[in-house]
Amino acid sequence: MSPPLLGVEEGGQNNVTLLGSSGSMDSVCQNNAELKERNYMGLSDCSSIDSSVVTPGSDESNVSLNLKATELRLGLPGSQSPERNPELCLLSSAQLDEKPLFPLHPSSDGHCFPSQKTVVSGNKRGFSDAMDGFSEGNFLSNSKVDVMLTPRPSSNLGLKSGSMLENLGVQPAKAKEVTNQKVVKDSPHAANETRPNHNASANNNSGAPASKAQVVGWPPIRSFRKNSLATSSKNTDEVDGKAGPDALFVKVSMDGAPYLRKVDLKNYSKYQDLSSALEKMFSCFTIGQCASHGTLGRELLSESKLKDLLHGSEYVLTYEDKDGDWMLVGDVPWEMFTDTCKRLRIMKSSDAIGLAPRAVEKCRNRN
Amino acid sequence: MNYFPDEVLEHVFDFITSHKDRNSVSLVCKSWYKIERYSRQRVFIGNCYSISPERLIARFPGLKSLTLKGKPHFADFNLVPHDWGGFVYPWIKALAKSRIGLEELRLKRMVVSDESLELLSKSFVNFKSLVLVSCEGFTTDGLAAIAANCRFIRELDLQENEVDDHRGHWLSCFPESCTSLISLNFACLRGEVNLGALERLVSRSPNLKSLRLNRAVPLDTLQKLLMLAPQLVDLGIGSYVHDPFSEAYNKLKIAIQRCKSIRSLSGFLEVAPHCMSAIYPICGNLTFLNLSYAPGLHGNKLMKLIQHCRKLQRLWILDCIGDKGLGVVALTCKELQELRVFPSDPFGAGNAAVTEEGLVLVSAGCPKLNSLLYFCQQMTNAALITVAKNCPNFIRFRLCILDPIKPDPVTNQPLDEGFGAIVQSCKGLKRLSLSGLLTDQVFLYIGMYAEQLKMLSIAFAANSDKGMLYVLNGCKKLRKLEIRDCPFGDAALLEDVGKYETMRSLWMSSCEVTLGGCKSVAEKMPSLNVEIINESEQMEFNLDDKQKVDKLYLYRTLVGHRKDAPEYVWIL
Repeated sequence: MSPPLLGVEEGGQNNVTLLGSSGSMDSVCQNNAELKERNYMGLSDCSSIDSSVVTPGSDESNVSLNLKATELRLGLPGSQSPERNPELCLLSSAQLDEKPLFPLHPSSDGHCFPSQKTVVSGNKRGFSDAMDGFSEGNFLSNSKVDVMLTPRPSSNLGLKSGSMLENLGVQPAKAKEVTNQKVVKDSPHAANETRPNHNASANNNSGAPASKAQVVGWPPIRSFRKNSLATSSKNTDEVDGKAGPDALFVKVSMDGAPYLRKVDLKNYSKYQDLSSALEKMFSCFTIGQCASHGTLGRELLSESKLKDLLHGSEYVLTYEDKDGDWMLVGDVPWEMFTDTCKRLRIMKSSDAIGLAPRAVEKCRNRN
Repeated sequence: MNYFPDEVLEHVFDFITSHKDRNSVSLVCKSWYKIERYSRQRVFIGNCYSISPERLIARFPGLKSLTLKGKPHFADFNLVPHDWGGFVYPWIKALAKSRIGLEELRLKRMVVSDESLELLSKSFVNFKSLVLVSCEGFTTDGLAAIAANCRFIRELDLQENEVDDHRGHWLSCFPESCTSLISLNFACLRGEVNLGALERLVSRSPNLKSLRLNRAVPLDTLQKLLMLAPQLVDLGIGSYVHDPFSEAYNKLKIAIQRCKSIRSLSGFLEVAPHCMSAIYPICGNLTFLNLSYAPGLHGNKLMKLIQHCRKLQRLWILDCIGDKGLGVVALTCKELQELRVFPSDPFGAGNAAVTEEGLVLVSAGCPKLNSLLYFCQQMTNAALITVAKNCPNFIRFRLCILDPIKPDPVTNQPLDEGFGAIVQSCKGLKRLSLSGLLTDQVFLYIGMYAEQLKMLSIAFAANSDKGMLYVLNGCKKLRKLEIRDCPFGDAALLEDVGKYETMRSLWMSSCEVTLGGCKSVAEKMPSLNVEIINESEQMEFNLDDKQKVDKLYLYRTLVGHRKDAPEYVWIL
């Protein structure tokens, strides 16, 4: 029995069971036309990446909606799941680029970058996209936060009169209608702005009904303030590199990887440390690459082979600086780098030709 | 009985400035009424539909300064549909036609069109001051008209308005001859501004004391502006993003140090937190610090900044300051009177960073605290009782627990006792906002103890009509009552309709009042406008009196039904 592979791309020879613990999973073979790709709910919706970034009036069937209402979500609790409340959610898929409504904690990042094919967390992923490379840790921390969420003791409901319940229960329905009309009418000037969320969809943890439902006009903050915070938090995230207390998190993307990572630049004091950390972080993707080239994916690649991959002709590490320019990592002193770096990108060297041709050569020659 | 000639009385009345006192003076006798009305220069109208512009003009021919408020407070939270009302145009039109020499106009929650701004700018030669708070309906073109035509403009103050920014050169419209600016606040504008024009404007405004910039003003312009206006008292920084090693940053440090008069600091709409040390030199003099639009500033950098602000009297902050940060505030800001903690993540799933602990710390460390707006994750009765003991001087106490019906997480009890302690201890309490799990009991306390209470905001509270009745019967000075999502019905509404004439307004939404009940109020009290806002289409066809009313807004008025209500507003 082949050990569970971290990668998926197989030449159609093996029936790979991906972490069988996840439940009924059909073996999937990307290249095998006979088997239909299914996600782990048994629904065959290959393009669940696209469907996860869904517009209101979701194109999914009612059946799948119902299933979704009861599913266990792997994603961040409370992360935006537009298809759940299509009427309540008035954000278009373009606007889902914004920070989701319920980030895990202030420093987490749930951006959806369609161009990167990153999945908005909280939605099911297609089998081929559910790379096991991502740390189990993510899921664990998610479930922890589940517990930490404001409990909604059912005893409360007993204290209130039935009409209260009604009010709350009815609220989303009312909110539906009201907000539909309202958002259209409300400040036409704001139509083009990022329209965050007082009207948007509810937190999707089943078992926490109205308490997390978006009640119209709650919390009582002026729309102007709400809109401003949404815009500025989006800017801060993207522009500055989210800085927590004495931390400097920047996003790291890798060409071909389905999702990004974040690293705290303060954890490293020189380029070598950063480079090793990135190698370790993204090793899963490179193994996948190896496998697709036909080498034996069954062995774990040695570190030196990994280094070969990264230092060799495959990839180049670049960063975007404050001015928006893409620069090669390594030219400036480390401190200056951490001050100006907004995000990192592990670029295929074939793409890096335009960057600095000689730099690519340098990379090749390093090993 | 009048022993003094009119001029003397007038002179005496000059010293009476508060609206309340002036109103009282005018009631004494006919001659005092007459003298008062001719000498009155400042008028405050809390509800623009309570009186007409014509009557205002008729009574106060010497009017110079007018303050108007339009939409009900809950309009701030999107509970009032767009185009409900609150248009300022009729007022400006009427004033323009008259001989009133208007000099100052302050508007809140009103709809202001470019047309009105243009008419305003052309109609009053001595117009000096325009303050717009939470208004909408205008663009930068309207601002251009004000800039171009108001030759003696001193104050243009835009606070949290929704402005359609055409990125026009409105700043360039201030003529070269305009040198009278004292206060300029355009922080709420979202678009680019002509930086050169801004610099020139500031350089020819020697009296400029207050300058609040928007996000589009970069750091190097800020530095230039500060060099031009070191006399500033109030500064709002737009963008504060830069490289700490750059020349611009060094220049900024020098410029800031020259500004020894700055007492109020706000903005930081875009901020690079590692560059705050340039601000430290002026922190020691600050009395007002508003960082509520700067989510990029938190953690140690924020705490370090606050540690420099020993004279702070008012602090507006985001909840990412955390309980720990509030502890720093408690230790540092001993002069603190007003604290506002806004949520940085309004819909956060349990990640709001302040709890009852932060509030308790501040109450213990800041004995002068009298005004609070606090958005938090949770609150306990014990904490509220402690706060009540520590700070008996609250005038405004507004608590918003993000989960609207959350009980005390320690005891699982409603927060009745906690709020009860607040109203009992704070004898001067004028404004109160409640949240969390609350029963009728808290209203019993409020009715019993909150003798000075003028404004009360209730949401998702109470069990029965009794709650509302306690309040209506007990709070003699109540002026504004706004309720949402509470089980109050006709019985409470109809118990004492005369009371509403003593109040400015009553708002009830998503409660249990019926159409019939509202009709009843309207019938009994012709001096009230009883407005029903119904947006659902059902109500058109269902005129059943038993139908529950979604939104009720009633207010006293001297001029009957308004003519500008949209279709979905029924005035009974």
